[in-house]
Amino acid sequence: MIKIDNLHTSINGKEILKGLNLEVKAGEVHAIMGPNGAGKSTLASVLAGREEYEITDGNVTFDGKDLLELSTEDRAREGLFLAFQYPVEIPGVSNVNFLRTALNEKREYLGQDPISAKDFMQMVRDKSKIVELDSKLANRSVNEGFSGGEKKRNEIFQMAMLEPKLAILDETDSGLDIDALRIVATGVTKLKSEDNATIVITHYQRLLDYIVPDYVHVLYNGRIVKTGPKELALELEEKGYDWIKAEFGE
Amino acid sequence: MAYTENELAKDLQNQEYKFGFVTNIEADQAPKGLNEDIIRFISAKKNEPEWLLEYRLNAFKTWLQMTEPEWAHVHYEKPNFQDIIYYSAPKQKKKYESWDDVEPELKETMKKLGISMDEQQRLTGTNVAVDFVMDSVSVATSFKAKLNELGIIFCSFSDAVQEHPELVKKYMGTVVPHTDNFYAALNSAVFTDGSFCYIPKGVRCPMELSTYFRINEGGTGQFERTLVVADEGAYVSYLEGCTAPQRDENQLHAAVVELIALDNAEIKYSTVQNWYPGDAEGKGGVFNFVTKRGLCEKNAKISWTQVETGSAVTWKYPSCILKGENSIGEFYSVAVTNNYQQADTGTKMIHLGKNTKSTIISKGISAGKSHNSYRGLVQIHKNAANARNFSQCDSLLMGDTCGAHTFPYIECKNSSAKIEHEATTSKIGEDQIFYCLQRGISEEKAISLIVNGYCKEVLNQLPMEFAVEAQKLLAISLEGSVG
Repeated sequence: MIKIDNLHTSINGKEILKGLNLEVKAGEVHAIMGPNGAGKSTLASVLAGREEYEITDGNVTFDGKDLLELSTEDRAREGLFLAFQYPVEIPGVSNVNFLRTALNEKREYLGQDPISAKDFMQMVRDKSKIVELDSKLANRSVNEGFSGGEKKRNEIFQMAMLEPKLAILDETDSGLDIDALRIVATGVTKLKSEDNATIVITHYQRLLDYIVPDYVHVLYNGRIVKTGPKELALELEEKGYDWIKAEFGE
Repeated sequence: MAYTENELAKDLQNQEYKFGFVTNIEADQAPKGLNEDIIRFISAKKNEPEWLLEYRLNAFKTWLQMTEPEWAHVHYEKPNFQDIIYYSAPKQKKKYESWDDVEPELKETMKKLGISMDEQQRLTGTNVAVDFVMDSVSVATSFKAKLNELGIIFCSFSDAVQEHPELVKKYMGTVVPHTDNFYAALNSAVFTDGSFCYIPKGVRCPMELSTYFRINEGGTGQFERTLVVADEGAYVSYLEGCTAPQRDENQLHAAVVELIALDNAEIKYSTVQNWYPGDAEGKGGVFNFVTKRGLCEKNAKISWTQVETGSAVTWKYPSCILKGENSIGEFYSVAVTNNYQQADTGTKMIHLGKNTKSTIISKGISAGKSHNSYRGLVQIHKNAANARNFSQCDSLLMGDTCGAHTFPYIECKNSSAKIEHEATTSKIGEDQIFYCLQRGISEEKAISLIVNGYCKEVLNQLPMEFAVEAQKLLAISLEGSVG
């Protein structure tokens, strides 16, 4: 699905990712954990195509295509989805209008006809159930006045609507209470299939109780320094990152 | 590598103003310059009654005593008023009896502007009666017969002077006197045409009335007058659209619009102004110096909605005089400035009567190196007990080389009045754009979505088909301006 090879990126002259390697296959869930400042969110931003980051070396292949050659919007249309850590508000633009625009842009890119209003609304009804999102929220402005939990649920709702091949969840658990966490995580699990893949970026093990990863990676100092089964997350939770820092610190 | 924002901006800068073409049509013109003889020439050309000539000459005398206002937050080279052609009309063999008589070149112009005058066609689709004014002269008015049945008069100002002189004489200059300001005085002296509309007592106008203004000839000024009178209990929704060819010189447009809503009447006046704004370097463009004002009698309501995307310099304050008790004034505005455009626009709500209410919603959008100012006055006179005003002035900035300014004035002489004012300034964030891009929405569409969301309260006030046009216009005016 995605293969990241020796990725180096910097922002304002400061190198953040220093030769990162990662391969995620269809049907897999990968968790990326690591201490603050390790480069987790940078990785998400770079894959999504944020322009502030300069890519100084490395390759990323996404579904057979050179990801770094694609524009931000084309990456999205190819099926890369980023669930934001801090979803932005777009006042006056209804969620449905926003999503319909997004969906149709993707369909146009793929050479498909725009979705009919009827099919679209049916889809909204079906998919909003996945994250127990009040259908009223679909008609409100994008994220405007949403609680922290609603914003995150809305991210997963959008993910459900856009049916990405690869979803990157950037600290989707931050700011969620236990119930919201369960709803969001269950939603993500429901969307899992043999054909898509998920990268979960998180600080805490608790999200992984619901979204069970096939692999856990530790990102430290711009590189993946350790990879293990889901039990690695538990070990990190218990022992913290100091032993990682001690082992790989520079 | 990916198509960058800068490339997009560059592409769009080169994108031409869509309405910048010139129609090759012979024009009947007055010589350049302004003096009493020119005014007499215009008046004679239009076969005007003596009182109107007097009115013009009076206005001209007043104008000579006046100086151009300088208080607005705009900078431009003042027009040389002797270097302007004050009368230019498409040369016509005779008056058009029907749509079929209109020259093909003119028809073609209208087609390019997206104006359909074909009533048969229109009957099946939208329901809008159109008056088309090119270079100060009304060219054609549609649906006349149908409106006649209801006693509604909708015609060019010149025709109104000929056919309904008593109405014109009674109302003209009662809301905007010729002494009002420099440009109103100039307009009163030299106006050449415009639209006139009268809705009789108790009649609800069944269709939108629309005037489309077009400057074509170079070196000409456009000075049209619009007078809308809604008699007691009448209702009308009136639309106004404007475009001009792309020219290197600055063209002057100084219009006067007067609205009169008698007891229990309602007038809704919507404008989509898209005069040529000048090129990306700020060369050329229309100077839009317009006086618009409405008078509300008892229980009457006037609602101004404007979407201003064009002109190099805009100086315009559609206002309401709330004279009658319980009368209502509304002002909904979206003003967009890009490149080197400057706009100083807003409204005046003059509360004279008891229980009068006014609402002001102003949305300014500045991009490029432009400056966008809101200037508004809410005045509560001492007899205006329980007057209420709500004002909301929002500014949206795109990029870091533009400016947004707000000049709200409040004068209150009655302690029972309630006045609220809210103001915000925001930026279209890179974050908002990135969020949209990440969902697969192109930058162009993203800006359009965000801007239309921001302007929603105002766009919702526009009649359906106008709203769609306005939305597109907003997107075009702002493409590539997020930096």
